[in-house]
Amino acid sequence: MKIQPLPAVQALDAYFLEARSKLLDLAAMLDRIDRGASASEVENDPRLAKMRQALELLHDRKGSRAERIQKIFSLDYDPKWEKPQPR
Amino acid sequence: MSSYIDPHIHMISRTTDDYHRMALSGCAAVSEPAFWAGFDRGSPEGFRDYFHHLTDVEPKRAALFGIRHYSWLCINAKEAENVALSREVIALIPEYLDKPNVLGIGEIGLNKNTRNEATIFQEHVDLAVRTDELILIHTPHLEDKYKGTRMILDMLKNDRRVKPERVCVDHVEEHTVRLALDNGFWCGMTLYPTTKCTPARAADIIEMVGTERVMANSAGDWGKSDPLAVPELILELRRRGHGEELIRKVVYENPLAFWRQCSRWQDWLGQVITPPSARLAVASARVGRPS
Repeated sequence: MKIQPLPAVQALDAYFLEARSKLLDLAAMLDRIDRGASASEVENDPRLAKMRQALELLHDRKGSRAERIQKIFSLDYDPKWEKPQPR
Repeated sequence: MSSYIDPHIHMISRTTDDYHRMALSGCAAVSEPAFWAGFDRGSPEGFRDYFHHLTDVEPKRAALFGIRHYSWLCINAKEAENVALSREVIALIPEYLDKPNVLGIGEIGLNKNTRNEATIFQEHVDLAVRTDELILIHTPHLEDKYKGTRMILDMLKNDRRVKPERVCVDHVEEHTVRLALDNGFWCGMTLYPTTKCTPARAADIIEMVGTERVMANSAGDWGKSDPLAVPELILELRRRGHGEELIRKVVYENPLAFWRQCSRWQDWLGQVITPPSARLAVASARVGRPS
């Protein structure tokens, strides 16, 4: 069954304020980290690096942003891992 | 509000008021997988008590509110690091598999993707296929989810006895939902405030992958979670103009279709277990209190 999403104009109308609010929340969180004592100690924290990588991704127009951001925050998978065998 | 099913909620850690509000919101049935109690249990006897609660106590509590209660049995991935204890618990599960409300083995899976967790996962799968039980799978949290989901699917696909249509891969998100669906499994989206899907993102996923073999749950437990998350998804889908037929398929028909594969399943469509409405109002005051 093909499911139609909202037309873009309606989606923007419906979610603009929510997006604005979430962007402000994110901006305030980053400001809070910067404002904290010893902010330089977290400068090289890999979590911040991932957040910056995710923010970069938000700029592009290639779609599937949520899925790609999920992968930024995911550990690598090794297909050669040693599986237990069924009995 | 439409009738709905919450196919994954840990009612042992929810209040009777939650049952009341779920009933008022249209909840017809729930299923409760065995999970971590917030601490590691010290002996198999602790699990025996837990399985008694899941198969006997909780269905009675739910019935006071006209809600049907089903359960899944296992030792969860977090405690599976203790392989000896896990094997003792797996050995006692068959004692409970003839209980009428037990749907199968679950929620089994991985937590930190360790070798011991994988070993115990495979042993649960062995039990499930030997006893012809449905399987409900917990996929890991946050950064472990993608890797853990791939590992779980590797193990399932490596076992020729496993029938994908009898397995639900739970807690899928944007980066794992297609892994489950494309391999023929059912999948569950968990609606959590911070660490899993929001109702809006779950609605996005439905729009992207469709409604076949897809369900949604609250996974309400003792952590920050919302036992009315499934009604929140219903509201979100309505807000976007999706029809009642689509909504009902995701929140009612799909969980039922999955559950109906259980060999003990007894259909209840059209049958009501709701107590008289006057009793409903006072049930919360009575449950668990000495008379």
